[in-house]
Amino acid sequence: MAINYVYPDYEVVRNYDRCISCRACERQCSNEVHSFIEEENKVISDDADCVNCHRCVSLCPTRALKIVKTDHTFKANASWSAKNINEIYKQADTGGVLLSSMGNPNEFPIYWDKILLNASQVTNPSIDPLREPMETRVYLGAKSQDVKRDKDGKIIPEMTPQLKLDLPVMFSAMSYGSISYNAHESLARASKELGIFYNTGEGGLHEDFYVYGPNTIVQVASGRFGVHRQYLDAAAAVEIKMGQGAKPGIGGHLPGAKIGEDVSRTRMIPMGADAISPAPHHDIYSIEDLRQLVFSLKEATAYKKPVIVKIAAVHNVAAIASGIARSGADIISIDGFRGGTGAAPTRIRDNVGIPIELALAAVDTRLRDEGIRDRVSVIAAGSVRNAADVVKAIALGADAVYIGTAALLALGCHLCRTCNIGKCNWGIATQVPELVKRLNPDVGYKRLVNLMTAWKHEIEEMMGGMGINSIESLKGNRLMLRGVGLNEKELEILGIKHAGESA
Amino acid sequence: MKRVYVNEKWCLGCHLCEYYCAFAATGKDDMARALKGVKINPRIHIEEDTTDKISFAVSCRHCTEPYCVKGCITGALSKVDGVIEIDKNKCIGCYTCVLSCPYGCVQPTEDGIVQKCELCVATTEGTPRCVAGCPNAAIVFEER
Repeated sequence: MAINYVYPDYEVVRNYDRCISCRACERQCSNEVHSFIEEENKVISDDADCVNCHRCVSLCPTRALKIVKTDHTFKANASWSAKNINEIYKQADTGGVLLSSMGNPNEFPIYWDKILLNASQVTNPSIDPLREPMETRVYLGAKSQDVKRDKDGKIIPEMTPQLKLDLPVMFSAMSYGSISYNAHESLARASKELGIFYNTGEGGLHEDFYVYGPNTIVQVASGRFGVHRQYLDAAAAVEIKMGQGAKPGIGGHLPGAKIGEDVSRTRMIPMGADAISPAPHHDIYSIEDLRQLVFSLKEATAYKKPVIVKIAAVHNVAAIASGIARSGADIISIDGFRGGTGAAPTRIRDNVGIPIELALAAVDTRLRDEGIRDRVSVIAAGSVRNAADVVKAIALGADAVYIGTAALLALGCHLCRTCNIGKCNWGIATQVPELVKRLNPDVGYKRLVNLMTAWKHEIEEMMGGMGINSIESLKGNRLMLRGVGLNEKELEILGIKHAGESA
Repeated sequence: MKRVYVNEKWCLGCHLCEYYCAFAATGKDDMARALKGVKINPRIHIEEDTTDKISFAVSCRHCTEPYCVKGCITGALSKVDGVIEIDKNKCIGCYTCVLSCPYGCVQPTEDGIVQKCELCVATTEGTPRCVAGCPNAAIVFEER
C-alpha cells in the first residue's frame, strides 16, 4: 500500500566504530532486519521489521548494536496515545482482531510489589540457612481429613495421591507446538534434575519425552489434543485446563503452519490443519459436569494420580474454586491476568481477568472459611517473577507456584511478545527447524536448573530471616506480610495488615 | 587430551567462531579495534550447505598420524604434547602441508608461510576462543 500509516516502534542503532561486519546479526535475524552491502563491506539495518528480541544485540561480538524506542511521535494526547492510534490504523488496514503474545504489559497494580516481608529481630531468632537445615519440600494433593486406625490401633497409612516437589515451583503449561521441541526437552530435563514438574500444556506429549513422565503433568484441555491411554499413564498428574490467565473465556488456535510432522503426530491431528481449542469444554457446563471429567480421569488412572483443575482468575474465582474443591479435584491451579500466552486477542489479554495476588488470597480465605482447604492444594500462577514473589504467594496461601514466562526468559526469551508470528529468534516459540536448533537443550536445561537453584537459595534466605525453617510453616502465614500504599479494601481482600500495624 | 570437537546438530552457521579465532590471533584486547576493517583469515572455518541447511565448524583435528607433519620438509610442523604446532621461523611456505591436510585446516598467510589452529595455547585462557565464543555450545573442548 502506498500509505504506510504505522511508523516502526524500534530503531536499530549501529555503532560503525565497533561494527566489524562479521554479519552475525544478518545471519541470525529471522525478520531479515540486517543486510550486508558487499561492495562497501558494510552491514545496514532496516528498522521496519525489528521486533526488539535482542538476538542480534546478544550475539554481536563487539557490542556494536543496540535497539532504542523510536522518538518519532504523535502530538501528545493523554487519551489518544500512540498505541491507541496505531491500533486503529492496523485494524483499518486489515479488518482483523489484534493479536498479542506473552502477558498483559499494561500498567495495572502489581500487588507483589506492594507487599513486604517480615524478619526476626531480638524477640525471635532468625535462622541461617547455610548452617541449619531448611525445608523447601512440599506435597501437592488432597490431605487426609482424619486419622484411620486398624483394630490394633495402628495408623492405616492411606494417602491420597501426592506430588512431591523439592521446591514449591513448577514449570507451567506450555504446549508442544506453541513452544519448540528443544524448549520442551529443556523443561523436562530440568524438572527431573530439580525434583519438580513441568506441564505439557494441551499439545500432547512427544514420544521422546515419555521417559520424563515421573516429572510430567499432562494436560487435558478443551481440544483434547494428544490425549490417550499411554499419555495419562506416563504422567505424574493430570491437569484439566478450564481457562488461561492471559485469555479467560477464550480457546486456543495454533495455526496450521506450526503443525508439522512431529506436532501432528503428538497432537493426533492432520499435518497443516489448524489446531483449534474451543473456548469451553463442550461436556462441562457445571461443577457436576466437571466432577464427571475429574472422576473419569481418576478412573482412567486407577486413582493413583492427582487431578489438577486449572482456571483463570476471574471475578467469581473464590466461589468457582470452592466448587472445584468439591468436585473431587486434588489441586486447583489459578492463573492470574498477567499470565503469558503464545497468542491471544489483544483486547482479551489486556482487559479480562483479575490479578493473581487478589485471586489467590480470596480463594485461600474462602476455602478456609468453608473448612475445605485441606481437600485441595492451590497453585498460583500468572507473572511470578522472582523468589520474593514465590515467598509472598506461599504466605498468601499458595502451596506452590507455576512459572512460565520466567522459565522462558531463562531459556533466552527477551519478551519481544511476537510468539504469534512463529519466527522466534531464540528457538523457543517456533517450529522452524533452523530456528529451533538455536536452543541447545544441553545449555537450556542448565540455565533452568541454575535459575531454580538460585531461587531456592533466596527462598531459604527469606524464610530464615523470618525465623521459619520449613515452607509448610510459611504457607498461608499472612502475618509475615504487610501492605504498602494499599487501601482498606485491598488489604481486606489480601487479608494482610498495612506496614506499621502490629500483629 | 582435550580437543576441539564440533556438533553440526547445534551449529547455527553464524560464523562467530571464525571471528573469535581471528581476534585471538591478533593478541589485542579489544575486538572492535582488532578486527575493524580487517579481512579475517581464521584458523577455523564454517563449512555450510545452504540447500541442505547443514553447517559445521572445521579446525585442525590434531591427527594421531598427521600428514602435514610427515610432509613438512623443514621440520616447522611438529607435534608437542598432542598439539600440532608451527614454528614460523622454520616455515618456508612450500605449502606441502596445505596440500596434504585432508581437512583443509592449514592455511597460507599473507606473510607467505602457513598458519593452523594451535588450540589457543598462546592465549593462556585454557579454553580456545572459538569454543568460548560459540553461542550454542556447538563447538566443545573436551576429552573423548
